[in-house]
Amino acid sequence: MTLTYPLAHALGAVMLLCAFAMLSQRRLAALISLYQIEAITLTAAAFWQGFAQHEINLYLTGLITLIIKAVLAPIALRRIVHHFNLIRAVETAMPVGLSMILGVALIGIAVLVVLPITVNAVTLTREDLAISLSIVLLGLLVMTTRRNALSQVIGFLSTENGLVLAAIGMPGMPFVAELSVALLVLVAFLVVGVFVFRIREHFDTLDLKGIEAIERRGR
Amino acid sequence: MAALDLLLRLLATILHAALVFALAPLVLGLVATLRARLLGRRGPPPLQPYLTLVKLIRKTTLVPDNATEFYPVWPYLAFAPIAAAALLVPGFCAGLLTAGLSDIITIIGLLALSRAAIILAGLETGFGFGGAGAARDILFGIFAEAALLVTVLTFVLIAHSPTVDGIAAAFRDNHIGIQVSLGFALAATFMVALTETGRIPVDNPAGHLELAMVHEAMLLEYSGKNLALFEATAMLRLTVWMSLIATIFCPFGIGRAVDILSWPAGLALWLIKLAALSSGLAVFELSSAKMRIFRVPEFLGVAILLGLLSAVFLFLAQRIGS
Repeated sequence: MTLTYPLAHALGAVMLLCAFAMLSQRRLAALISLYQIEAITLTAAAFWQGFAQHEINLYLTGLITLIIKAVLAPIALRRIVHHFNLIRAVETAMPVGLSMILGVALIGIAVLVVLPITVNAVTLTREDLAISLSIVLLGLLVMTTRRNALSQVIGFLSTENGLVLAAIGMPGMPFVAELSVALLVLVAFLVVGVFVFRIREHFDTLDLKGIEAIERRGR
Repeated sequence: MAALDLLLRLLATILHAALVFALAPLVLGLVATLRARLLGRRGPPPLQPYLTLVKLIRKTTLVPDNATEFYPVWPYLAFAPIAAAALLVPGFCAGLLTAGLSDIITIIGLLALSRAAIILAGLETGFGFGGAGAARDILFGIFAEAALLVTVLTFVLIAHSPTVDGIAAAFRDNHIGIQVSLGFALAATFMVALTETGRIPVDNPAGHLELAMVHEAMLLEYSGKNLALFEATAMLRLTVWMSLIATIFCPFGIGRAVDILSWPAGLALWLIKLAALSSGLAVFELSSAKMRIFRVPEFLGVAILLGLLSAVFLFLAQRIGS
Protein backbone atom coordinates (compact mmCIF):
# COMPACT_ATOMS: atom_id res chain seq x y z
CA MET A 1 0.00 0.00 0.00
CA THR A 2 2.92 2.29 0.69
CA LEU A 3 4.02 2.51 -2.91
CA THR A 4 0.59 2.45 -4.58
CA TYR A 5 -0.22 6.06 -3.98
CA PRO A 6 3.09 7.76 -4.88
CA LEU A 7 3.64 5.70 -8.01
CA ALA A 8 0.13 6.27 -9.39
CA HIS A 9 0.55 9.92 -8.51
CA ALA A 10 3.91 10.11 -10.29
CA LEU A 11 2.65 8.37 -13.44
CA GLY A 12 -0.34 10.71 -13.58
CA ALA A 13 2.01 13.65 -13.15
CA VAL A 14 4.20 12.51 -16.04
CA MET A 15 1.09 12.35 -18.22
CA LEU A 16 0.06 15.81 -17.08
CA LEU A 17 3.54 17.11 -17.84
CA CYS A 18 3.28 15.66 -21.36
CA ALA A 19 -0.15 17.23 -21.89
CA PHE A 20 1.23 20.53 -20.65
CA ALA A 21 4.31 20.31 -22.86
CA MET A 22 2.01 19.74 -25.87
CA LEU A 23 0.64 23.23 -25.30
CA SER A 24 4.10 24.74 -25.64
CA GLN A 25 5.20 22.73 -28.67
CA ARG A 26 5.05 24.14 -32.16
CA ARG A 27 6.46 21.24 -34.12
CA LEU A 28 4.29 18.34 -35.21
CA ALA A 29 7.04 15.73 -34.78
CA ALA A 30 7.56 16.80 -31.17
CA LEU A 31 3.79 16.78 -30.56
CA ILE A 32 3.56 13.20 -31.78
CA SER A 33 6.52 12.13 -29.62
CA LEU A 34 4.91 13.74 -26.58
CA TYR A 35 1.66 11.94 -27.33
CA GLN A 36 3.54 8.67 -27.58
CA ILE A 37 5.26 9.21 -24.23
CA GLU A 38 1.89 10.04 -22.71
CA ALA A 39 0.36 6.85 -24.08
CA ILE A 40 3.26 4.71 -22.82
CA THR A 41 2.91 6.27 -19.37
CA LEU A 42 -0.82 5.52 -19.50
CA THR A 43 0.00 1.89 -20.25
CA ALA A 44 2.30 1.76 -17.24
CA ALA A 45 -0.41 3.37 -15.09
CA ALA A 46 -2.97 0.81 -16.26
CA PHE A 47 -0.67 -2.11 -15.46
CA TRP A 48 0.14 -0.61 -12.07
CA GLN A 49 -3.52 -0.11 -11.22
CA GLY A 50 -4.28 -3.63 -12.38
CA PHE A 51 -1.59 -4.89 -10.03
CA ALA A 52 -2.80 -2.71 -7.14
CA GLN A 53 -6.51 -3.51 -7.57
CA HIS A 54 -5.97 -7.17 -8.60
CA GLU A 55 -8.08 -6.66 -11.71
CA ILE A 56 -7.27 -8.70 -14.80
CA ASN A 57 -9.34 -6.32 -16.94
CA LEU A 58 -6.95 -3.47 -16.33
CA TYR A 59 -4.09 -5.48 -17.79
CA LEU A 60 -6.24 -5.88 -20.92
CA THR A 61 -6.86 -2.12 -20.98
CA GLY A 62 -3.13 -1.55 -20.69
CA LEU A 63 -2.47 -3.93 -23.55
CA ILE A 64 -5.05 -2.25 -25.80
CA THR A 65 -3.57 1.16 -24.91
CA LEU A 66 -0.09 -0.04 -25.68
CA ILE A 67 -0.97 -1.49 -29.06
CA ILE A 68 -3.39 1.13 -30.36
CA LYS A 69 -2.22 4.36 -28.80
CA ALA A 70 1.44 3.90 -28.07
CA VAL A 71 2.37 2.06 -31.25
CA LEU A 72 -0.21 2.25 -34.03
CA ALA A 73 -1.49 5.83 -33.67
CA PRO A 74 1.97 7.48 -33.57
CA ILE A 75 3.09 5.41 -36.57
CA ALA A 76 0.00 6.49 -38.50
CA LEU A 77 0.45 10.14 -37.48
CA ARG A 78 4.12 10.09 -38.48
CA ARG A 79 3.21 8.59 -41.85
CA ILE A 80 0.68 11.37 -42.43
CA VAL A 81 3.32 13.98 -41.52
CA HIS A 82 5.82 12.34 -43.82
CA HIS A 83 3.31 11.88 -46.62
CA PHE A 84 2.19 15.51 -46.58
CA ASN A 85 5.69 16.80 -45.89
CA LEU A 86 4.47 18.70 -42.82
CA ILE A 87 7.88 19.08 -41.21
CA ARG A 88 7.64 22.78 -40.51
CA ALA A 89 6.27 24.49 -37.41
CA VAL A 90 2.54 24.74 -36.87
CA GLU A 91 0.72 28.03 -36.66
CA THR A 92 -1.05 28.62 -33.38
CA ALA A 93 -4.25 30.60 -32.98
CA MET A 94 -2.99 32.45 -29.92
CA PRO A 95 0.43 33.17 -28.42
CA VAL A 96 1.98 30.13 -26.79
CA GLY A 97 2.57 31.98 -23.53
CA LEU A 98 -1.09 32.92 -23.24
CA SER A 99 -2.23 29.37 -23.93
CA MET A 100 0.12 28.07 -21.25
CA ILE A 101 -1.22 30.52 -18.69
CA LEU A 102 -4.71 29.35 -19.64
CA GLY A 103 -3.46 25.79 -19.17
CA VAL A 104 -2.32 26.47 -15.62
CA ALA A 105 -5.64 28.17 -14.90
CA LEU A 106 -7.48 25.09 -16.22
CA ILE A 107 -5.41 22.80 -13.98
CA GLY A 108 -6.27 25.03 -11.03
CA ILE A 109 -9.96 24.85 -11.93
CA ALA A 110 -9.80 21.06 -12.25
CA VAL A 111 -8.23 20.75 -8.81
CA LEU A 112 -10.71 23.17 -7.23
CA VAL A 113 -13.67 21.37 -8.79
CA VAL A 114 -12.62 17.82 -8.03
CA LEU A 115 -11.45 18.20 -4.44
CA PRO A 116 -14.68 19.47 -2.81
CA ILE A 117 -17.07 17.12 -4.62
CA THR A 118 -15.15 13.94 -3.84
CA VAL A 119 -14.61 14.40 -0.13
CA ASN A 120 -15.89 10.92 0.69
CA ALA A 121 -13.99 9.04 -2.00
CA VAL A 122 -10.78 7.09 -1.58
CA THR A 123 -7.64 9.24 -1.78
CA LEU A 124 -6.27 7.40 -4.78
CA THR A 125 -9.43 8.14 -6.77
CA ARG A 126 -9.48 11.82 -5.86
CA GLU A 127 -5.91 12.33 -6.88
CA ASP A 128 -6.40 10.51 -10.16
CA LEU A 129 -9.59 12.39 -10.93
CA ALA A 130 -7.97 15.79 -10.48
CA ILE A 131 -5.06 14.85 -12.72
CA SER A 132 -7.19 13.24 -15.40
CA LEU A 133 -9.66 16.12 -15.50
CA SER A 134 -6.68 18.45 -15.99
CA ILE A 135 -5.42 16.29 -18.87
CA VAL A 136 -8.85 16.32 -20.49
CA LEU A 137 -9.09 20.11 -20.24
CA LEU A 138 -5.55 20.59 -21.54
CA GLY A 139 -6.32 18.34 -24.53
CA LEU A 140 -9.38 20.47 -25.29
CA LEU A 141 -7.22 23.58 -25.02
CA VAL A 142 -4.74 22.11 -27.51
CA MET A 143 -7.65 21.50 -29.88
CA THR A 144 -8.84 25.10 -29.53
CA THR A 145 -5.48 26.81 -29.87
CA ARG A 146 -4.20 25.01 -32.96
CA ARG A 147 -5.18 25.77 -36.54
CA ASN A 148 -3.68 22.65 -38.00
CA ALA A 149 -6.03 19.69 -38.37
CA LEU A 150 -3.41 17.16 -37.34
CA SER A 151 -2.50 18.89 -34.09
CA GLN A 152 -6.21 19.10 -33.30
CA VAL A 153 -6.38 15.35 -33.72
CA ILE A 154 -3.49 14.96 -31.29
CA GLY A 155 -5.33 17.17 -28.80
CA PHE A 156 -8.36 14.93 -29.13
CA LEU A 157 -6.29 11.80 -28.55
CA SER A 158 -4.69 13.39 -25.48
CA THR A 159 -8.17 14.20 -24.12
CA GLU A 160 -9.09 10.57 -24.55
CA ASN A 161 -5.95 9.51 -22.65
CA GLY A 162 -7.16 11.62 -19.74
CA LEU A 163 -10.54 9.85 -19.81
CA VAL A 164 -8.91 6.43 -19.74
CA LEU A 165 -6.70 7.53 -16.83
CA ALA A 166 -9.85 8.46 -14.91
CA ALA A 167 -11.44 5.11 -15.83
CA ILE A 168 -8.55 2.94 -14.67
CA GLY A 169 -8.31 4.76 -11.35
CA MET A 170 -11.95 3.97 -10.59
CA PRO A 171 -12.41 0.62 -8.84
CA GLY A 172 -15.26 -1.38 -10.35
CA MET A 173 -15.42 0.31 -13.73
CA PRO A 174 -16.86 -2.23 -16.18
CA PHE A 175 -14.43 -3.38 -18.84
CA VAL A 176 -17.05 -2.95 -21.60
CA ALA A 177 -17.05 0.81 -21.07
CA GLU A 178 -13.30 1.07 -21.45
CA LEU A 179 -13.27 -1.20 -24.48
CA SER A 180 -15.95 0.85 -26.19
CA VAL A 181 -14.03 4.06 -25.49
CA ALA A 182 -10.91 2.55 -27.05
CA LEU A 183 -12.84 1.38 -30.11
CA LEU A 184 -14.54 4.75 -30.40
CA VAL A 185 -11.16 6.40 -30.56
CA LEU A 186 -10.03 4.02 -33.27
CA VAL A 187 -13.14 4.79 -35.33
CA ALA A 188 -12.79 8.52 -34.71
CA PHE A 189 -9.15 8.32 -35.74
CA LEU A 190 -10.07 6.63 -39.02
CA VAL A 191 -12.81 9.17 -39.74
CA VAL A 192 -10.49 12.05 -38.98
CA GLY A 193 -7.81 10.50 -41.15
CA VAL A 194 -10.16 10.41 -44.13
CA PHE A 195 -11.26 13.94 -43.30
CA VAL A 196 -7.68 15.16 -43.21
CA PHE A 197 -6.97 13.66 -46.60
CA ARG A 198 -10.06 15.36 -48.03
CA ILE A 199 -9.05 18.76 -46.62
CA ARG A 200 -5.64 18.30 -48.09
CA GLU A 201 -7.11 17.43 -51.48
CA HIS A 202 -9.26 20.55 -51.56
CA PHE A 203 -7.04 23.21 -50.03
CA ASP A 204 -3.50 21.88 -50.47
CA THR A 205 -2.90 22.51 -46.79
CA LEU A 206 -4.00 21.18 -43.42
CA ASP A 207 -4.69 24.64 -42.12
CA LEU A 208 -8.36 25.07 -41.31
CA LYS A 209 -8.49 28.67 -42.53
CA GLY A 210 -9.88 27.48 -45.87
CA ILE A 211 -12.86 25.82 -44.24
CA GLU A 212 -13.54 28.92 -42.16
CA ALA A 213 -13.59 31.01 -45.33
CA ILE A 214 -16.14 28.68 -46.96
CA GLU A 215 -18.24 28.77 -43.83
CA ARG A 216 -18.32 32.56 -43.91
CA ARG A 217 -19.22 32.62 -47.60
CA GLY A 218 -22.03 30.12 -47.04
CA ARG A 219 -23.80 32.29 -44.51
CA MET B 1 33.48 18.94 22.85
CA ALA B 2 31.81 22.04 21.49
CA ALA B 3 35.23 23.49 20.74
CA LEU B 4 36.20 20.35 18.81
CA ASP B 5 32.98 20.53 16.80
CA LEU B 6 33.66 24.14 15.98
CA LEU B 7 37.20 23.29 14.91
CA LEU B 8 35.95 20.48 12.66
CA ARG B 9 33.34 22.72 11.10
CA LEU B 10 35.98 25.39 10.48
CA LEU B 11 38.24 22.79 8.86
CA ALA B 12 35.39 21.53 6.70
CA THR B 13 34.55 25.06 5.62
CA ILE B 14 38.13 25.81 4.64
CA LEU B 15 38.44 22.50 2.78
CA HIS B 16 35.13 23.15 1.02
CA ALA B 17 36.20 26.65 -0.06
CA ALA B 18 39.56 25.39 -1.32
CA LEU B 19 37.95 22.54 -3.26
CA VAL B 20 35.23 24.66 -4.87
CA PHE B 21 37.66 27.33 -6.03
CA ALA B 22 40.19 24.77 -7.22
CA LEU B 23 37.77 22.48 -9.01
CA ALA B 24 35.57 25.09 -10.74
CA PRO B 25 37.79 25.39 -13.88
CA LEU B 26 38.07 21.60 -14.04
CA VAL B 27 34.28 21.21 -14.16
CA LEU B 28 34.03 23.61 -17.10
CA GLY B 29 36.94 21.88 -18.81
CA LEU B 30 35.35 18.49 -18.27
CA VAL B 31 32.12 19.63 -19.95
CA ALA B 32 34.06 21.03 -22.91
CA THR B 33 36.15 17.89 -23.29
CA LEU B 34 33.14 15.58 -23.06
CA ARG B 35 31.28 17.64 -25.64
CA ALA B 36 34.19 17.48 -28.06
CA ARG B 37 34.63 13.73 -27.51
CA LEU B 38 30.94 13.07 -28.12
CA LEU B 39 31.20 15.01 -31.36
CA GLY B 40 34.12 12.81 -32.42
CA ARG B 41 36.76 15.51 -31.96
CA ARG B 42 39.68 15.26 -29.59
CA GLY B 43 38.87 18.57 -27.92
CA PRO B 44 40.84 20.56 -25.35
CA PRO B 45 42.23 18.75 -22.30
CA PRO B 46 40.07 19.09 -19.17
CA LEU B 47 42.75 21.28 -17.63
CA GLN B 48 42.47 23.86 -20.41
CA PRO B 49 40.52 26.45 -18.33
CA TYR B 50 43.42 26.64 -15.82
CA LEU B 51 45.80 27.39 -18.67
CA THR B 52 43.39 30.00 -20.03
CA LEU B 53 43.27 31.72 -16.64
CA VAL B 54 47.07 31.70 -16.31
CA LYS B 55 47.44 33.06 -19.83
CA LEU B 56 44.97 35.87 -19.17
CA ILE B 57 46.62 36.86 -15.90
CA ARG B 58 50.00 37.17 -17.67
CA LYS B 59 48.65 39.38 -20.43
CA THR B 60 48.56 43.16 -20.32
CA THR B 61 45.32 44.65 -19.04
CA LEU B 62 44.14 47.29 -21.47
CA VAL B 63 41.58 49.95 -20.60
CA PRO B 64 39.53 51.55 -23.41
CA ASP B 65 39.87 55.32 -23.75
CA ASN B 66 36.19 56.03 -23.31
CA ALA B 67 35.80 53.89 -20.17
CA THR B 68 34.73 55.52 -16.92
CA GLU B 69 36.66 55.16 -13.68
CA PHE B 70 34.33 52.34 -12.63
CA TYR B 71 35.72 50.14 -15.40
CA PRO B 72 38.11 48.06 -13.23
CA VAL B 73 35.54 47.74 -10.42
CA TRP B 74 33.02 45.53 -12.23
CA PRO B 75 35.14 42.36 -12.45
CA TYR B 76 35.55 42.35 -8.68
CA LEU B 77 31.88 43.15 -8.12
CA ALA B 78 30.97 40.26 -10.40
CA PHE B 79 33.35 37.80 -8.75
CA ALA B 80 32.77 38.60 -5.07
CA PRO B 81 29.06 37.62 -4.85
CA ILE B 82 29.65 34.34 -6.67
CA ALA B 83 32.58 33.60 -4.36
CA ALA B 84 30.29 34.24 -1.39
CA ALA B 85 27.61 31.99 -2.89
CA ALA B 86 30.23 29.27 -3.40
CA LEU B 87 30.93 29.37 0.33
CA LEU B 88 27.22 29.19 1.18
CA VAL B 89 26.20 26.23 -0.99
CA PRO B 90 27.29 23.00 0.70
CA GLY B 91 29.45 20.66 -1.32
CA PHE B 92 30.89 17.50 0.15
CA CYS B 93 29.43 17.93 3.62
CA ALA B 94 26.56 19.71 5.34
CA GLY B 95 26.80 21.74 8.51
CA LEU B 96 29.55 24.12 7.46
CA LEU B 97 30.14 27.25 9.50
CA THR B 98 28.20 29.16 6.84
CA ALA B 99 25.23 26.76 7.00
CA GLY B 100 23.04 29.14 8.96
CA LEU B 101 23.57 31.91 6.42
CA SER B 102 22.84 29.78 3.36
CA ASP B 103 19.34 31.14 2.95
CA ILE B 104 18.30 30.26 -0.58
CA ILE B 105 16.87 33.74 -1.16
CA THR B 106 20.27 35.17 -0.22
CA ILE B 107 21.91 32.94 -2.80
CA ILE B 108 19.46 34.12 -5.47
CA GLY B 109 20.28 37.70 -4.47
CA LEU B 110 24.03 37.08 -4.72
CA LEU B 111 23.63 35.56 -8.17
CA ALA B 112 21.54 38.57 -9.22
CA LEU B 113 24.16 40.97 -7.84
CA SER B 114 26.89 39.34 -9.89
CA ARG B 115 24.67 39.40 -12.95
CA ALA B 116 24.04 43.12 -12.44
CA ALA B 117 27.78 43.83 -12.25
CA ILE B 118 28.38 41.95 -15.52
CA ILE B 119 25.53 43.82 -17.19
CA LEU B 120 26.97 47.17 -16.08
CA ALA B 121 30.39 46.05 -17.34
CA GLY B 122 28.78 45.39 -20.71
CA LEU B 123 27.26 48.86 -20.78
CA GLU B 124 30.47 50.48 -19.53
CA THR B 125 32.15 51.53 -22.77
CA GLY B 126 28.90 52.19 -24.61
CA PHE B 127 29.64 50.06 -27.67
CA GLY B 128 26.87 48.23 -29.49
CA PHE B 129 27.44 44.55 -28.82
CA GLY B 130 27.95 45.07 -25.09
CA GLY B 131 24.67 46.96 -24.87
CA ALA B 132 22.83 44.29 -26.87
CA GLY B 133 24.25 41.54 -24.67
CA ALA B 134 23.31 43.47 -21.54
CA ALA B 135 19.75 44.00 -22.77
CA ARG B 136 19.36 40.29 -23.47
CA ASP B 137 20.84 39.28 -20.14
CA ILE B 138 18.43 41.57 -18.29
CA LEU B 139 15.54 40.05 -20.22
CA PHE B 140 16.62 36.53 -19.27
CA GLY B 141 17.35 37.54 -15.69
CA ILE B 142 13.85 38.83 -15.03
CA PHE B 143 12.26 35.56 -16.07
CA ALA B 144 14.89 33.26 -14.58
CA GLU B 145 14.72 34.86 -11.14
CA ALA B 146 10.92 34.81 -11.14
CA ALA B 147 10.97 31.11 -12.01
CA LEU B 148 13.54 30.38 -9.33
CA LEU B 149 11.56 32.24 -6.65
CA VAL B 150 8.40 30.30 -7.48
CA THR B 151 10.33 27.02 -7.37
CA VAL B 152 11.96 27.88 -4.06
CA LEU B 153 8.47 28.18 -2.58
CA THR B 154 8.03 24.43 -3.08
CA PHE B 155 11.33 23.50 -1.43
CA VAL B 156 10.70 25.70 1.55
CA LEU B 157 7.14 24.40 1.99
CA ILE B 158 8.31 20.79 1.92
CA ALA B 159 11.42 21.21 4.06
CA HIS B 160 10.14 23.89 6.47
CA SER B 161 13.54 25.54 6.23
CA PRO B 162 14.78 28.39 4.04
CA THR B 163 18.47 27.38 4.08
CA VAL B 164 20.03 25.06 1.51
CA ASP B 165 21.54 23.12 4.36
CA GLY B 166 18.17 22.65 6.04
CA ILE B 167 16.49 21.66 2.78
CA ALA B 168 19.16 19.05 2.11
CA ALA B 169 18.86 17.67 5.63
CA ALA B 170 15.07 17.49 5.37
CA PHE B 171 15.15 15.77 1.99
CA ARG B 172 17.75 13.28 3.22
CA ASP B 173 16.37 12.37 6.60
CA ASN B 174 12.60 12.66 6.29
CA HIS B 175 10.80 10.20 4.10
CA ILE B 176 9.65 12.55 1.38
CA GLY B 177 8.98 9.72 -1.08
CA ILE B 178 8.43 10.23 -4.77
CA GLN B 179 6.88 13.66 -4.81
CA VAL B 180 5.24 14.91 -7.96
CA SER B 181 5.91 18.52 -7.03
CA LEU B 182 9.62 17.83 -6.69
CA GLY B 183 9.66 16.42 -10.21
CA PHE B 184 8.14 19.61 -11.57
CA ALA B 185 10.51 21.68 -9.42
CA LEU B 186 13.51 19.72 -10.73
CA ALA B 187 12.52 20.43 -14.33
CA ALA B 188 12.06 24.13 -13.55
CA THR B 189 15.39 24.32 -11.71
CA PHE B 190 17.25 22.72 -14.61
CA MET B 191 15.76 25.27 -17.01
CA VAL B 192 16.77 28.18 -14.76
CA ALA B 193 20.25 26.74 -14.23
CA LEU B 194 20.82 26.44 -17.98
CA THR B 195 19.83 30.08 -18.39
CA GLU B 196 21.87 31.37 -15.48
CA THR B 197 25.03 29.56 -16.52
CA GLY B 198 24.59 30.53 -20.18
CA ARG B 199 24.54 27.01 -21.58
CA ILE B 200 23.25 25.90 -24.92
CA PRO B 201 19.54 26.26 -25.42
CA VAL B 202 19.85 29.84 -24.19
CA ASP B 203 23.38 30.99 -24.95
CA ASN B 204 26.32 29.29 -26.62
CA PRO B 205 29.47 29.47 -24.44
CA ALA B 206 31.64 28.45 -27.40
CA GLY B 207 30.01 30.87 -29.84
CA HIS B 208 32.12 33.50 -31.54
CA LEU B 209 29.45 35.31 -33.53
CA GLU B 210 28.93 38.70 -31.89
CA LEU B 211 25.31 39.00 -33.03
CA ALA B 212 24.30 35.80 -31.25
CA MET B 213 26.35 36.21 -28.08
CA VAL B 214 24.89 37.13 -24.73
CA HIS B 215 27.37 36.57 -21.92
CA GLU B 216 30.51 36.85 -24.04
CA ALA B 217 29.24 40.00 -25.77
CA MET B 218 29.36 41.94 -22.50
CA LEU B 219 33.02 41.01 -21.94
CA LEU B 220 34.35 41.93 -25.39
CA GLU B 221 35.98 45.12 -24.10
CA TYR B 222 37.79 43.39 -21.24
CA SER B 223 41.26 41.90 -21.36
CA GLY B 224 44.01 40.55 -19.15
CA LYS B 225 43.34 40.20 -15.43
CA ASN B 226 39.87 41.73 -15.70
CA LEU B 227 38.81 39.12 -18.24
CA ALA B 228 40.39 36.39 -16.13
CA LEU B 229 38.15 37.43 -13.22
CA PHE B 230 35.07 37.32 -15.42
CA GLU B 231 36.04 33.88 -16.74
CA ALA B 232 36.61 32.65 -13.18
CA THR B 233 33.17 34.01 -12.28
CA ALA B 234 31.56 31.98 -15.05
CA MET B 235 33.40 28.80 -14.00
CA LEU B 236 32.51 29.26 -10.37
CA ARG B 237 28.89 29.93 -11.25
CA LEU B 238 28.60 26.61 -13.08
CA THR B 239 30.06 24.72 -10.14
CA VAL B 240 27.82 26.55 -7.65
CA TRP B 241 24.72 25.63 -9.66
CA MET B 242 25.78 22.00 -9.96
CA SER B 243 26.46 21.78 -6.23
CA LEU B 244 23.12 23.44 -5.51
CA ILE B 245 21.19 20.96 -7.66
CA ALA B 246 23.14 18.00 -6.29
CA THR B 247 22.63 19.13 -2.69
CA ILE B 248 18.90 19.77 -2.98
CA PHE B 249 17.76 16.96 -5.26
CA CYS B 250 20.33 14.31 -4.47
CA PRO B 251 21.47 14.86 -0.87
CA PHE B 252 22.25 11.19 -0.31
CA GLY B 253 25.65 10.37 1.07
CA ILE B 254 26.50 13.97 1.88
CA GLY B 255 28.88 14.07 4.82
CA ARG B 256 28.46 15.84 8.16
CA ALA B 257 30.98 18.46 9.15
CA VAL B 258 31.18 17.37 12.80
CA ASP B 259 31.93 13.76 11.83
CA ILE B 260 35.32 13.63 10.17
CA LEU B 261 34.92 9.97 9.24
CA SER B 262 32.01 10.80 6.91
CA TRP B 263 34.11 13.24 4.91
CA PRO B 264 35.85 10.87 2.45
CA ALA B 265 32.60 9.21 1.38
CA GLY B 266 30.89 12.58 1.04
CA LEU B 267 33.83 13.89 -0.96
CA ALA B 268 33.83 10.95 -3.35
CA LEU B 269 30.06 11.16 -3.83
CA TRP B 270 30.24 14.92 -4.42
CA LEU B 271 32.85 14.43 -7.14
CA ILE B 272 30.76 11.67 -8.71
CA LYS B 273 27.68 13.92 -8.66
CA LEU B 274 29.61 16.78 -10.28
CA ALA B 275 30.99 14.43 -12.95
CA ALA B 276 27.51 13.00 -13.59
CA LEU B 277 25.99 16.47 -13.91
CA SER B 278 28.81 17.53 -16.23
CA SER B 279 28.30 14.58 -18.55
CA GLY B 280 24.53 15.10 -18.41
CA LEU B 281 25.06 18.72 -19.41
CA ALA B 282 27.39 17.75 -22.27
CA VAL B 283 24.87 15.23 -23.65
CA PHE B 284 22.00 17.68 -23.29
CA GLU B 285 23.92 20.42 -25.06
CA LEU B 286 24.67 18.14 -27.97
CA SER B 287 21.09 17.00 -28.35
CA SER B 288 19.52 20.45 -28.46
CA ALA B 289 19.97 23.55 -30.55
CA LYS B 290 20.36 27.13 -29.40
CA MET B 291 17.04 28.97 -29.26
CA ARG B 292 16.30 32.28 -30.86
CA ILE B 293 16.64 35.12 -28.35
CA PHE B 294 12.94 35.86 -28.25
CA ARG B 295 12.11 32.21 -27.66
CA VAL B 296 13.98 32.28 -24.35
CA PRO B 297 11.29 34.15 -22.37
CA GLU B 298 8.88 31.46 -23.56
CA PHE B 299 11.27 28.75 -22.36
CA LEU B 300 11.56 30.46 -18.99
CA GLY B 301 7.81 31.05 -18.94
CA VAL B 302 7.45 27.27 -19.02
CA ALA B 303 9.86 27.15 -16.05
CA ILE B 304 7.71 29.64 -14.12
CA LEU B 305 4.57 27.65 -14.84
CA LEU B 306 6.25 24.38 -13.86
CA GLY B 307 7.22 26.01 -10.57
CA LEU B 308 3.61 27.11 -10.11
CA LEU B 309 2.36 23.61 -10.92
CA SER B 310 4.70 22.11 -8.36
CA ALA B 311 3.26 24.46 -5.72
CA VAL B 312 -0.30 23.60 -6.82
CA PHE B 313 0.41 19.89 -6.48
CA LEU B 314 2.02 20.39 -3.12
CA PHE B 315 -1.16 22.02 -1.83
CA LEU B 316 -3.18 19.26 -3.45
CA ALA B 317 -1.13 16.53 -1.78
CA GLN B 318 -1.33 18.26 1.58
CA ARG B 319 -5.10 18.70 1.41
CA ILE B 320 -5.53 15.08 0.47
CA GLY B 321 -3.16 13.97 3.18
CA SER B 322 -5.08 15.77 5.92
